[in-house]
Amino acid sequence: MAELELTGAEIVIRCLHAEGVEYVFGYPGGAVLNIYDEIYKQKGFTHVLVRHEQAAVHAADAYSRSTGKVGVALVTSGPGATNAVTGIATAYMDSIPMVVITGQVPTAAIGQDAFQEVDTVGITRPCVKHNFLVKDVKDIAPTIKKAFYIAATGRPGPVVVDIPKDITQHSCTFEYPETISMRSYNPTSKGHAGQIKRAVQMLLEAKRPVIYTGGGAVLGNAAAPLAEMARDLGYPVTSTLMGLGGYKANDPLFLGMLGMHGTYEANMAMQHCDVLIAVGARFDDRVIGNPKHFAKEARRIIHIDIDPSSISKRVKVDVPIVGDVGQVLEEMNRLLKASSERPEQAALKAWWAQIELWRAQDCLKYDRSSAMIKPQYVVEKLYEITQGQAFVTSDVGQHQMWAAQYYKFDEPRRWINSGGLGTMGVGLPYAMGVQLAHPDAMVACITGEGSIQMNIQELSTCKEYKLPIKVILLNNGYLGMVRQWQEFFYEERYAESYVASLPDFAKLAEAYGHVGMRIEKPEDVEPALRRAFTEHKDQLVFMNFITDPRENVYPMIPAGKGLSEMILV
Amino acid sequence: MRHIISVLMENEAGALSRVAGLFSARGYNIESLTVAPTEDATLSRMTIVTTGSNEVIEQITKQLNKLVDVIKMQDLSDGDHIERELMLVKVRAATGEQREEMKRLADIFRGRIIDVADKTYTIELTGPGSKLDAFLDALDAGAILETVRTGASGIGRGDRMLKI
Repeated sequence: MAELELTGAEIVIRCLHAEGVEYVFGYPGGAVLNIYDEIYKQKGFTHVLVRHEQAAVHAADAYSRSTGKVGVALVTSGPGATNAVTGIATAYMDSIPMVVITGQVPTAAIGQDAFQEVDTVGITRPCVKHNFLVKDVKDIAPTIKKAFYIAATGRPGPVVVDIPKDITQHSCTFEYPETISMRSYNPTSKGHAGQIKRAVQMLLEAKRPVIYTGGGAVLGNAAAPLAEMARDLGYPVTSTLMGLGGYKANDPLFLGMLGMHGTYEANMAMQHCDVLIAVGARFDDRVIGNPKHFAKEARRIIHIDIDPSSISKRVKVDVPIVGDVGQVLEEMNRLLKASSERPEQAALKAWWAQIELWRAQDCLKYDRSSAMIKPQYVVEKLYEITQGQAFVTSDVGQHQMWAAQYYKFDEPRRWINSGGLGTMGVGLPYAMGVQLAHPDAMVACITGEGSIQMNIQELSTCKEYKLPIKVILLNNGYLGMVRQWQEFFYEERYAESYVASLPDFAKLAEAYGHVGMRIEKPEDVEPALRRAFTEHKDQLVFMNFITDPRENVYPMIPAGKGLSEMILV
Repeated sequence: MRHIISVLMENEAGALSRVAGLFSARGYNIESLTVAPTEDATLSRMTIVTTGSNEVIEQITKQLNKLVDVIKMQDLSDGDHIERELMLVKVRAATGEQREEMKRLADIFRGRIIDVADKTYTIELTGPGSKLDAFLDALDAGAILETVRTGASGIGRGDRMLKI
């Protein structure tokens, strides 16, 4: 009996079913009409119709960040693909596993400057882990299999599969490969045993240790072995913006975030430690500032990362360990437990005494008696009211830093933001992806009046899918981070950072069918938040907090300076 | 320092642009780059000549390895290797004297005259880049009408091999 032949479009759907995809975030168009026709006929996954392709990719990205699964987006050719590029680059910079399927003009039209044609593979090449142009219907299934495999393994990242329209019409027999092996792609997951031994020895010899964790600790699901190591040794832990939640923020061993807007104690400890263990972190410019300044203090560095190219890229390390951070930490914990040696307690005690002195600076203090709403206060109240249990997405700017500093994340995958690319406009679509993945969870989007307007059309999507997101707009009327830099470094010449005309956000939210609020006084902050999470629990609430326009994010390390050159409040 | 790197990669459309894109995106130098399929038509072999500090070369190596299409690579400069480059030079050879001189020079450098026209010779020369440079230096600059070079190809000596 001849096997049943399926069209390319049907095969795409079958592949997504085989991968267990729950949500496809997308937007239809000419080149993907065949695929959409098959989506109409299927029940295996839910398609989420966004209002702009960029939001589809961000939502898929946040779905992945909050669940650990591969996010999926589907867009049409040409402008569909170019609109998706910002989302793809955002996911790429933060190593988020995603498969983005893009329609392409029919094979025969490629290169003819056809309607809605763009060289998607060429345009996305620098911002994907890998990409494919499918030229034969028989290649669809193996290509999608490879795409999911590549996206999720090794250092994760987005993979684009570009499928010309005629390929989705052609047919062939369908068989989804069970496994895949690629001679050119075999990521390492197990760390080198000798190096792990050396690292353990170095950790035990430390007098002034610091554990520095990044997004890799979250993506590599390393929270448990990380906590075990830190507690076993009693060593201080600091996290990058992307690593928050990888270690309990409320734990006394936690020094807070480090970097440009990190805490005084975290940055000073980082600069003055004698043994540093970096776990899934990459010493980037916003974290260690100037590598020359960082290198001035002698210290020994252990670096665990899944990506060999992240090691010794900006800072030379002494013990590189390439591997899955979770697995490597587990192996180190095993050796630590088996070892009869313990760290020198007197030295460790002295180190902690020094850290407590730095901590006593209370670098996150702010004026609590102000007649204006302080943005930090809003985040603190949000933390209290949600009891630290919310998923928090943010956009990019001052509000992002305040969210990172004042919402204490105790669990991984709760803090969803664009760290690497710093994409304004991600907050709301991120909240959509998170809320769909966790329908019963509290999801708050902390944003600014600049960022929110970059994808505000998604309020419409939120209505359609009944997403009860709580939008916390910290509205200071300025592109705040730009304003802050202009105040510090451009003699208060506020070039184009003041937004003179803003919509009435409460009315705008109401126009989209949501609940809108405007909050102007500090005493109204808490009641508004409470109402949002009780009375309006099942609705999207857009809270426009009018905050102090002159508030700055402290501490701050000016760009290009060193970790100990902080500006404090 | 100058390095010559051999890369074995999947012979897929776009593989070359992934490598070229990597070098331009990260600001690495490319002195020359050559690529062609191997005896196994599913594989391409590329030779890249680049310069950079040890740190930069380490990053280039790691970034190349990270490309999904790259199967294996080797920094040939790390050990004994042979490099060859092919050059075609079109020279003025209008008078008997010029023709005689060009023939003589080509012989000294073990080049071959592969095209003879009324007023020109085209000479084929193979060797390490420095030999090709030396040949060009030996020619009277006014005599050179056109040159084309392939860029270096390289291979390890003896048991040093790059294969799967």
